[in-house]
Amino acid sequence: MLKNPKEFWSGVMFAVIGFAFAIIVKAYDYPMGTASRMGAGYFPFVLGNVMGVLGLIIIVQALLTSGTPISKFAWRPLIWVLSAFVIFGLTAKLLGLAIAILLLVVISSYGGHEHRWKEAIISSLILAAGSIAVFVYGLKLPFPIWPEFFG
Amino acid sequence: MEQLIAHLSLGFGVALTIPNLMYCLIGCLLGTLIGVLPGIGPVATIAMLLPATFTLPPESSLIMLAGIYYGAQYGGSTTSILINIPGESSSVVTCLDGYQMARQGRAGPALATAALGSFFAGTVATVLLAVAAPPLAQIAFKFGPAEYFSLMTLGLIAAVVLAAGSVVKAIAMIVLGLLLGLVGTDVNSGMARFSFGIPELTDGIGFVAVAMGVFGLAEIMKNLEEGEEDREVFLNKVTNLWPSKQDFKDAWGAVLRGTALGSLLGILPGGGAVLASFAAYTLEKKIAKDPSKFGKGDIRGVASPESANNAAAQTSFIPLLTLGIPPNPVMALMVGAMIIQGIQPGPQVMSERPQLFWGMIASMWVGNLMLVVLNLPLIGMWIKLLTVPYRMLYPAILVFCAIGVYSLSNSPFDVVITAAFGFLGYLFVKLECEPAPLLLGFILGPMMEENLRRAMLLSRGDVTTFVTRPLSACLLAVAALLLIIIMLPAIRKKREEAFVED
Repeated sequence: MLKNPKEFWSGVMFAVIGFAFAIIVKAYDYPMGTASRMGAGYFPFVLGNVMGVLGLIIIVQALLTSGTPISKFAWRPLIWVLSAFVIFGLTAKLLGLAIAILLLVVISSYGGHEHRWKEAIISSLILAAGSIAVFVYGLKLPFPIWPEFFG
Repeated sequence: MEQLIAHLSLGFGVALTIPNLMYCLIGCLLGTLIGVLPGIGPVATIAMLLPATFTLPPESSLIMLAGIYYGAQYGGSTTSILINIPGESSSVVTCLDGYQMARQGRAGPALATAALGSFFAGTVATVLLAVAAPPLAQIAFKFGPAEYFSLMTLGLIAAVVLAAGSVVKAIAMIVLGLLLGLVGTDVNSGMARFSFGIPELTDGIGFVAVAMGVFGLAEIMKNLEEGEEDREVFLNKVTNLWPSKQDFKDAWGAVLRGTALGSLLGILPGGGAVLASFAAYTLEKKIAKDPSKFGKGDIRGVASPESANNAAAQTSFIPLLTLGIPPNPVMALMVGAMIIQGIQPGPQVMSERPQLFWGMIASMWVGNLMLVVLNLPLIGMWIKLLTVPYRMLYPAILVFCAIGVYSLSNSPFDVVITAAFGFLGYLFVKLECEPAPLLLGFILGPMMEENLRRAMLLSRGDVTTFVTRPLSACLLAVAALLLIIIMLPAIRKKREEAFVED
């Protein structure tokens, strides 16, 4: 069994990402050039390999030492917060800022420990009104306030 | 001397115009407002508020950002003292004695000492910055691409010293940052790298998206996971603000030492507010006749780290403004802001845009003054903020982040990228990978590649150019020395101890 999972998986992460960069350079045929005239692929190829090797070193170190386990992933905040954020991005233009903020606040509020419907709705209304006042009317950011099909 | 006065008067001429004073004020207030919120440090604060400054003229935008930075720092120490939660890592040590003072009913004097100490340190450091910047910039003009490359290497290695956890991991994080920074169009050949046919990626990954994802979103998710603790807030006990005569007597030496140490550590690449506050606290404890009082509400334990972190925050602008090299993540964000404003950071800023340069320096002092004058009376308002439960706060923070990121390019793309970096940042938290080196690497990636290419072109592909040019060799030697020192077992242990409280 892994005695130092935190280090081990960090090493795996670095090794995978690092070598992936190096492989992409080769796979897409980014020009390497020479040391005196470096092509687009030179620096990333070197860096990718350096990072991959660092990852391998961390893996070896992890196998020789023992450490603390990785604490459990809290999927609940992770999923609700990130999906609320992405949904905001996708709806901001289409549905307008007002509805996008409403969705963002209500969806992300599921990520917390206790979820209170009324509170979430009220704070979303306040936040939507406040943001529209500050960002659309104040800073003149080009956001539509209402859905496009409302005109 | 005359030149100094001429420079400063030029600067104050810019900083004291009504609009710039307003932006400085807004920056300080916004910075404090968000800095007071627990779990959001200056990096996330600046990343969050950065888009709001894009439409301003360059001078005003940088003045406002600097104001946000000081405000966030100041807000951080407020939460340290009042609820024992450092708003940012440079006020971690302030918790030790500041919170104890608050428990003894002396929150007022603790807050006032922090503010006055910071103001004194800020004033000294601003003068130092004004004196040291011109000669340093002269040296910087002698730098060729090889020297720049070596200097950046030194800066990145120094960032490792500050990262908690394993050294190899911190270096790997730097390299990851460098690689992510290379995504997008290669300036030399015009070739799109790592963009996989996605048109938005040919412009590169936005550094706001990276900073906000890794520092902002990841923090929120981490805080949500930990759940709401019962915070003991000393609301009603902040009645008497003014420190007693005895307090002044006890604190002034600590303020002086903190200022000196902080100013020095801020200049070093990789140095900065965090290191300065730790070092200053340790120094105070070492030289005190009665070290047993530390940790039990000794005023020196508040005065010294708070002065040090503010001095360092100020002097860390020196490498940024003279060399164009950010010594810490906050400065990396400032570089990003400058580039967006069309200013290439470096020694030429001082000669080509003296108004921007000296205006910014003058506004630092003005910002510090504003914080003292405004925040001490406003302390009651900041305290009220602390009583708002986190479940109400975080959706509001998310809204600001989302609007900020979206308005970068008015497309959903940056929002999605930010969410992706939020996930990555959460992974880093789980794997205990310190994200600060990544951000530095990310900003420096393209600059390093460019200077490496030029240096190699000039030397016709001879790598030894980096060690045969004396200046470059010195810089690399220092970097190597640093690396060896932090790898030494004894130092390594000390370093781990220093981060335990983090």
